Amino acid sequence: MRRYFGRKLLIYGLTFFVAVTVNWMIPRFMPGDPVASMVARANVTKPEAVEAMRAYYNNLFGLDQPLLTQYANFWGALLRGDFGTSIWLFPTPVSQVIGGAVPYTLALVVPSVLLSWVVGNQFGAYAARRKLLDNTVLPVGYVLTAMPYMWLAVLLAWALGVIAGLFPVAGGYSFSMRPNLSWTFFLDLLHHWTLPFLSLFLVALGGWAIGMRNMIIYELESDYSTYLSALGAPARLIRRYAFRNAVLPQITGLALQLGVLVAGALVTEIVFAYPGLGSLILKAIQNKDFFLLQGAFLFIVLGVLIANFIIDIVYVVVDPRTRAGMAGAQA
Amino acid sequence: MTTIQEAVPRERAAVRREALYFAVRNGKLMTGLTIVLALLLLGLIGPLFVAAAPNEYSVKAMSPPTGEHWFGTTTFGQDIFAQFVHGLRATFAVGVVGGGIAAVIGMVVGFVAGYVGGLVDEVLNMLTNIVLVIPSLAVLLIVNAYLGIRSVAVQGLFIGLTQWPWAARAIRAQTFSLRTREFVDLARMSGSGTGRIIAREIAPNMSSYLFMTFILLFGGSVLIASSLDFIGLGPTEGVSLGLMLQNANQWSALQLGMWWWFVPPGAAITAIVGALYVANVGLDEVFNPKLRET
Repeated sequence: MRRYFGRKLLIYGLTFFVAVTVNWMIPRFMPGDPVASMVARANVTKPEAVEAMRAYYNNLFGLDQPLLTQYANFWGALLRGDFGTSIWLFPTPVSQVIGGAVPYTLALVVPSVLLSWVVGNQFGAYAARRKLLDNTVLPVGYVLTAMPYMWLAVLLAWALGVIAGLFPVAGGYSFSMRPNLSWTFFLDLLHHWTLPFLSLFLVALGGWAIGMRNMIIYELESDYSTYLSALGAPARLIRRYAFRNAVLPQITGLALQLGVLVAGALVTEIVFAYPGLGSLILKAIQNKDFFLLQGAFLFIVLGVLIANFIIDIVYVVVDPRTRAGMAGAQA
Repeated sequence: MTTIQEAVPRERAAVRREALYFAVRNGKLMTGLTIVLALLLLGLIGPLFVAAAPNEYSVKAMSPPTGEHWFGTTTFGQDIFAQFVHGLRATFAVGVVGGGIAAVIGMVVGFVAGYVGGLVDEVLNMLTNIVLVIPSLAVLLIVNAYLGIRSVAVQGLFIGLTQWPWAARAIRAQTFSLRTREFVDLARMSGSGTGRIIAREIAPNMSSYLFMTFILLFGGSVLIASSLDFIGLGPTEGVSLGLMLQNANQWSALQLGMWWWFVPPGAAITAIVGALYVANVGLDEVFNPKLRET
């Protein structure tokens, strides 16, 4: 078990290192000059003023130092929790801007991912080998997984928001309200949260249901199921065993899907103008705020790595073979 | 042993005929293929028959679907049908380029890691795991934001460069199970090099698997490209289905009730990707006799 966690941690550590290095390299080695575009945005015409601004920004971001020093400084700042200064909301630090958006994204992603996984697995397990249900779950599941996240979001907003008028279609809370700790504000938050949540939940649901259905059929064909039914075990019991075995690959699948799920959350937030990381990234791109964009990138990578590690721990709890040191899970 | 070896060429033709026999009788495969091919055809020949350029402005703005403008027009009077047929082209192009590049990288990494094994496998596996964990859309956001993607081909290239890890992992596992088979040993004993063994012995024995991997990579590339377009990092030249959705969202088609603007592009993406997935299940049934129940 120590070997299992050691290997995982090594991979996550290396991944973080690669992500930070890529994050550092891209702006420095790619065509285009962020400082030049920042200076251009300020609309200054005087040459001396342009020069002064350029020197100021170069100094601020340390672009005039040797590359290795820059790299070391980048890591140093990162470890101190300093992600630089946002340009769009100058002079707010990037970490503060992101810190304000992360709770919204987490409140959207965590429940929708977990619920769609649980409900999807139940649906899929129940539908497998039941002709009538299978024939409806399968096509619906394929249509849902094939949908672009933002399209279902737009459709839901249009049908339930604009036409039916049941839910608001923009923002994290009503514009007339200020965030405070009261029931009315909480209900308002919930009201705005419902549609983005529903859209994320539905798109992810299909994939889990299909995956579980296929796994259950595979397990029901395996030797232990045949043996159990030959012994005269009731079908429900065999199904329960099949489910427990089929859930393991689904847990691995959840880890593999995290990136896609986060991407889906980002575009869904943009549709609903939900004040999370997705809308922040959109603003960062529109305002050429590269520091904010890079900070958001590191936050997403870090979040996905932490989620991966939690799933690894869950896997050890669920699968006794990894605990016994047998090769249950692949690295 | 020898009789089996001799029987192979004749058997191969028979296998092919058998696959075709089951393919044309497989409802899932045929339905999926029909939808994909119909949309592909529309994308290929549609632009030849639509007079309007996709981004051309006209005076007739915000018109719902009419006989003149089949899918209506945008706030700026652009013909949505013209955008749609051009966008279909871009969507297929990004799928082919992105899926193709990802499939090639995944195959090279998977075959080499699975067949050579040892330290090479360790290193490649580590690399695969690292790229696998990093959320690809986040990387693409950074790269596209700094580079400023202009063409669909470049967008597809970068998507391909980030999508290969799971394919590499799956192909590696398949290669692992094939490398100890007798016919591979035989080829090795008769002095074939690594590249030749992979190309002549291992790859043909999992060709159906490789093809299905490509289909899934194609669908994934289409979806991720549409997300990138939607965030505003799509190709700056031309149109794509994702860009149409982005424009519709940016110019409040939703609030204005212009459903004809945002329904067709999303429906087309869903139809292409969903049909591919369904066709993939059909292919699986064709190639895998165990699944051919119904």
